[in-house]
Amino acid sequence: MAQAAIELNGINKSFGAVRANRDINLEITRGTIHGIVGENGAGKSTLMSILYGFYQADSGEIRVGGKPASIKTPNDAIALGIGMVHQHFMLVDNFSVLENVILGAESDALLKKSIAKARSELNRLEREYGLDVDPDAIVEELPVGLQQRVEILKALYRGAEILILDEPTGVLTPAEADHLFRILRQLKEQGKTVVLITHKLREIMAITDTVSVMRQGTMVATRETKKTTVEELAELMVGRRVLLRVEKGEAAAGAVKLSVKNLTVRDTRGVTMVDDISFEVRAGEIVGIAGVAGNGQSELLEAISGIRRAVSGSVMLDGKPIDLTGAADPGELRDRGLAHVPEDRHHVGLVLAFEENENSILGYHDDPRYLKGPFLNIDAIRDDARDKIAKYDIRPGDCRLKTANFSGGNQQKIVLAREMEQDPGVLIVGQPTRGVDVGAIEFIHKRLIAMRDQGKAVLVVSVELDEIRSLSDRILVMFAGRIVGERGPETTEGELGLLMAGVEHQEAAL
Amino acid sequence: MSTPYAKLPAWADYGLIPLINLLVAFIVAGFVVVLVGENPFRAAIILVEGAFGKGTGIAFTLFYATTFIFTGLSVAVAAHCGLFNIGTEGQAYIAGLGIAIVCLSFDTVLPWWLTFPLAIAASALVGALWALIPAYLQAKRGSHIVITTIMFNFIAASIMVYLLVGPLKPAASQAPQTRNFLAGAELPKLNWIIELFGAKIRSAPLNVTFLLALVMAFLVWLLIWRTRLGYEMRTYGHSPKAARYAGISETRIIITAMMISGALAGMMALNPVMGDQHNVAIDFVSGAGFVGIAVALMGRLHPIGIVLAAILFGMLYQGGAELAFEMPAISRDMIVIIQGLVILFAGALEHMFRPYVQALFASFNPRSVGMEAVKEKGA
Ligand SMILES: Nc1ncnc2c1ncn2[C@@H]1O[C@H](COP(=O)(O)OP(=O)(O)OP(=O)(O)O)[C@@H](O)[C@H]1O
Ligand SMILES: [Mg+2]
Repeated sequence: MAQAAIELNGINKSFGAVRANRDINLEITRGTIHGIVGENGAGKSTLMSILYGFYQADSGEIRVGGKPASIKTPNDAIALGIGMVHQHFMLVDNFSVLENVILGAESDALLKKSIAKARSELNRLEREYGLDVDPDAIVEELPVGLQQRVEILKALYRGAEILILDEPTGVLTPAEADHLFRILRQLKEQGKTVVLITHKLREIMAITDTVSVMRQGTMVATRETKKTTVEELAELMVGRRVLLRVEKGEAAAGAVKLSVKNLTVRDTRGVTMVDDISFEVRAGEIVGIAGVAGNGQSELLEAISGIRRAVSGSVMLDGKPIDLTGAADPGELRDRGLAHVPEDRHHVGLVLAFEENENSILGYHDDPRYLKGPFLNIDAIRDDARDKIAKYDIRPGDCRLKTANFSGGNQQKIVLAREMEQDPGVLIVGQPTRGVDVGAIEFIHKRLIAMRDQGKAVLVVSVELDEIRSLSDRILVMFAGRIVGERGPETTEGELGLLMAGVEHQEAAL
Repeated sequence: MSTPYAKLPAWADYGLIPLINLLVAFIVAGFVVVLVGENPFRAAIILVEGAFGKGTGIAFTLFYATTFIFTGLSVAVAAHCGLFNIGTEGQAYIAGLGIAIVCLSFDTVLPWWLTFPLAIAASALVGALWALIPAYLQAKRGSHIVITTIMFNFIAASIMVYLLVGPLKPAASQAPQTRNFLAGAELPKLNWIIELFGAKIRSAPLNVTFLLALVMAFLVWLLIWRTRLGYEMRTYGHSPKAARYAGISETRIIITAMMISGALAGMMALNPVMGDQHNVAIDFVSGAGFVGIAVALMGRLHPIGIVLAAILFGMLYQGGAELAFEMPAISRDMIVIIQGLVILFAGALEHMFRPYVQALFASFNPRSVGMEAVKEKGA
């Protein structure tokens, strides 16, 4: 029997009435990659936060390396060799990689010495684990994948033997995710222990040795990855069979609802992000835009929804033009039946400091239903929020709870409920299921298809190829700001992957 | 991961922590008193007795508090919209001009209860207009509101000095101030309220503006948490991106919030000008705008907190004056030091003791920590 790196015995943690963790027992074997899966709000992040000293368990015992440990703060965790990579990075943007790595772990009052020492240590870590990053690069100029490597380096620099990663691939492109997994395998070969939380069951199958499933605060099963299947895991998580691919009938495409012609958009630095794009979305169809993140999809969505100014081109909604000069008011577009689920729910789609019910009217706060003269109609707003909570199974079902305290998947449902329940003619959705569990993915996909079947025009942008393929009636592939191809939903992943990498595009240019 | 350190129950958050901060400020101030060779306990007693011991003291304390309620509310309204209005001082000062015009024109013909509403409107209007320019520059040109409002404080001061030594000064007078208002622009005192409780009052400037301040505190609460405009302001204050997404015009919301903030600042001028001095004199604001920043921070941007913090600062002003009088070793400047310490601990170092309190709570009862302060401020 291999030695346990971490043992958790009878861990309990409640937030008010919410029992986030109940009697959790878990053993993580040294030198393995241990996956943890579970629905949104199952308590995964809470459990890891207890292990990392952000929260204290109400009761229960933690053993690290066989010895009982008292972890009161993250510093205690670091001293015990536990490192954590957060979903939202905790880096100083305008510091260099090196400065970020030594931040808080300076070994000497004079920075110069610490820096020299850190540089050689970083070199060693890079060689050993394939964690290539330029130590002098400024963090904000690095792509997300590399920023994440800096987070890992930070943990290793502090001597982490056990590395916790909470949904590390949510923000990564497929290639970046592959690279991350190579790094994790190397860490394992060197005897480190990795705990990986993810919603992507494929990743669990590909990289973990053992996988534990949580449901509603309890640990329901631990399996050897080799001996389980995606279907079994999904069922364990949700407690019922889950359709990993939602069934849908033929699309009955009708009139053109949204038409985009020769649209060009530049970002704030003046770089052309959307380059002369044209396409249409008809009533009763779902058009999916596939592409590696950062190829102009975000800017495209923002321009259509009136948040970002376009340089040239035109967008028609129901045959009438949208003002693209930047004077366009997203509120007016909502009145005209265009609903938008933005990619970045934390900063754009929600105000995290608001109560849930306050967010459930964001953007629709002008609607007479929610107002009494200049005053908010608090009762109507809360009743309405409670309806949506029931209909979309948002948990916990408390419309007075601060939005930041909902789990990621439930936050996404808050946004989706708000936008879908307005019964819009056109729905544009960015990354509909980022950070969302399989059960909720099924739910969201069903809803989107139901919208389509009611004759709405739906435009979906996602970096998840699986999602694009199972939802879309037509797939447009974006690369470097252009649409490089249109395909049907039956197209293979391989073919789409090549298009997304711009391969055919380059050949055509030759 | 939302917050690294979970929140405390509301009563500890809003009651216990400010109290600890205050206590520490007084302890440190006590050491300063020891340094100048006085007895800190006697000093504390004089301070508190000076502020609350006699009817006159209470009236003075509330008079000062009135001023700070207005400036605190002004700072808070802007802060809810994510704007740091440092121009409260100048907005209040220049509003004295509006009041002067109304009072000098009507004090001979109208009774006070007709002059007062006109003066309220004038002070609010002038204060709002003075905030409009920095707001416009922020919204349209991106000039930082902190810088522009500071500059506008200087401009306001220069204009007022020019007017008070020139056009507004009676020809025969030597003093840089307007002529004294007549009865038609003198606000009734409220001292009788305190006398109801049996206290004796010699003469104190507490006047009806105190009631106006309380009404404004309620209206600000209503505005921020119960109106659509307040909702839009809070949205923008928390996340400009979310506001853009929600179709809230950046220009409109910045300008509206700053004008409301400026109007509240302007109304502050009513208290000393119409309630006490009965003229507009040079430097009648004397730093109340800046105290408003501390009051707003200490009151955690909530009107109830602001009223309480304003009373605290009123006490420091009134009790401090008594202290300087009773203990010759403690000069006026010492009082400023004590006030500074309160601002330092209660405002700037607000979070210094929070982790310890949290650890303490956690060791008592792990469940209470992490319990969200579900009832977010007043909503
Ligand atoms: N600080 C908090 N205050 C109140 N409730 C909280 C707090 N943090 C988490 N919760 C609640 O505890 C439960 C578990 O949340 P947790 O974040 O651990 O879920 P998760 O499994 O990580 O979900 P996800 O997959 O969406 O990230 C949820 O119901 C959540 O709303
Ligand atoms: Mg989580």
